[in-house]
Amino acid sequence: MTLLEWFKDRRKNASMSKEQRHREIADGLWTKCAECGALHYTKDFQRYLLVCPACSFHEKVSAPERIAQLVDPDSWIPTDDHLLANDPLSFVDVKSYKDRLSQARAKTGMNDAILTGLGTLEGQPLALGVMDFRFLGGSMGSVVGERITRLVERATAERRPVILVCASGGARMQEGMLSLMQMARTSAALQYHREAHQLFISVLSNPTTGGVTASFAMLGDLIFAEPKATIAFAGRRVIEQTLRQKLPEGFQTSEFLLKHGFVDRIVEREQLRPTLSRVLRLHRPVGVPSPLSPATRL
Amino acid sequence: MVYISYIITMSQPTVPTLDFEKELIELEARIDQIRKLAKENGVDVSEQLAELEARATDLRRDFFANLTPPQVLQLARNPKRPSTLDYIQVLCDDWTELHGDRLFGDDLALVGGLARLGDHPVVILGHQKGRDTKDNIARNFGMPQPEGYRKALRLMEHANHFGFPIIALIDTPGANAGLEAEERGQGEAIARNLQRMFAFDVPIICAVIGEGGSGGALAIGVGDRVLMLEYAVYSVVAPDSCSVILWRDKKHIEQAASALKITARDLKQLGIIDEIVPEPAGGAHCEPQTAAASLKNALIRNLEELLKLSGTERREQRYKKFRAMAAFNG
Ligand SMILES: [Zn+2]
Repeated sequence: MTLLEWFKDRRKNASMSKEQRHREIADGLWTKCAECGALHYTKDFQRYLLVCPACSFHEKVSAPERIAQLVDPDSWIPTDDHLLANDPLSFVDVKSYKDRLSQARAKTGMNDAILTGLGTLEGQPLALGVMDFRFLGGSMGSVVGERITRLVERATAERRPVILVCASGGARMQEGMLSLMQMARTSAALQYHREAHQLFISVLSNPTTGGVTASFAMLGDLIFAEPKATIAFAGRRVIEQTLRQKLPEGFQTSEFLLKHGFVDRIVEREQLRPTLSRVLRLHRPVGVPSPLSPATRL
Repeated sequence: MVYISYIITMSQPTVPTLDFEKELIELEARIDQIRKLAKENGVDVSEQLAELEARATDLRRDFFANLTPPQVLQLARNPKRPSTLDYIQVLCDDWTELHGDRLFGDDLALVGGLARLGDHPVVILGHQKGRDTKDNIARNFGMPQPEGYRKALRLMEHANHFGFPIIALIDTPGANAGLEAEERGQGEAIARNLQRMFAFDVPIICAVIGEGGSGGALAIGVGDRVLMLEYAVYSVVAPDSCSVILWRDKKHIEQAASALKITARDLKQLGIIDEIVPEPAGGAHCEPQTAAASLKNALIRNLEELLKLSGTERREQRYKKFRAMAAFNG
């Protein structure tokens, strides 16, 4: 968006009546930036990959949108989408886990907090998993763990690079210890992927926390993070309560992790696809077009 | 810091008795009183006394066989329970503690070193809670910093390099919530351990001896065999935090403790652990020698089974075991 276009947008916003604006936000015609409050025509906002042109705030992206942003059109083949969480502990807190699951499914149209599949990125084959924060806070239960494990195992066998886009509040408590074990299972699959000298790139988006941070998110051969994403193991509020003191500005952000040496690069969303493409290409031996046979090549 | 196992000195730390143990203690006090009265009056009540004592034993056994998850949680957190160093000094010979992660520092909340278990040289390590307030501050209540997990990894790499089996004792409230832990990448440290523990081909046996708190516990919890003492707990989240997060208050700890399925019996059923190590009635702290013998027995038996396999077989079985830990339809 050029500066001129941006000013035009602003004028459009200013000339609207308050009521009209509220109605149009509710209708989804306009989207308000969660950071600076600027109003964007939703179609434009999507064209900007949900990055605010006024303040460059990176809004959360749903898994289907993220996949559309990253893979080549018509190359996407979903994997293991039929897996469903089955409430192994019959867990009930103020609400039952079963109800929470059906509400999340209705809200998102997804079966769990991740989509996995095979596709190409500028013609390069890959295995991609994308988490979705809208589904129970992107929490990791058995299905998330199983889909990632199967994806990585398949990628190892087919010699494909793996990219996982993280967005998670952590372990899914309603599955008890089974959810904790997903940290071990996903890390196990990645160990074998690594031994096969296959690449794994972890992309950290807002927020990446808890058990996901303490497993595959931090195991990337390369780790990229979106600007100003919250990336943490222990929650900020928990730490504040424990220490009884305010934490410094910018604590547990992508920039904080970069400074402390835990991410390779901060990559703006607009640059994510070209950066991934370039890095994938650099990892491919010169003169070898693709490790996949023509039959399995997508 | 010199630490001498209280199982050797038999001088337990004194702490208040748990609420639900009071009933039993009252019964035992009554028995004592009868014995004293009989002695003073020269009356032979040995028959009656034997009967009463048998009843007390039955009561104790029944009582501890039917503990609720919140009661088990209290037992698991009991400061009188033997800690990692208490056990190591009784289980092993030639204990040689080793320090530091070679990167940042030495974390006293996670201890480890070389020792001999039965006939086998091993690397043994574990979380270390403090014995009193001063010790607890030095050991951060058994909550490691990133350098603790990295020290564990260094020791495990040493074990794998020289072919020593790895024994890991788990006893931590959980990872450390703090500014420095985040700065030094506690998520990365835990993740790295999980991944590397699937790379080792030496036998790995883990035992939850007290509190298995979330990611901090799992960071040394990937084993060919995962054992659990009868009254230990292992949980994805502390029931206290779970109450606050899901019920939005602190009053639902007991509901959370039950709902999360944290006891050895429940976790055996779920396939998370392989074996329950029996404790003396009343818990490990009542007869620490018996508890240590029971643990030693289980460790050596499992180790000798694992030593019959090749390194490749162990790795494959370890992977398959964890591969099965999920519940879903489809
Ligand atoms: Zn904005």
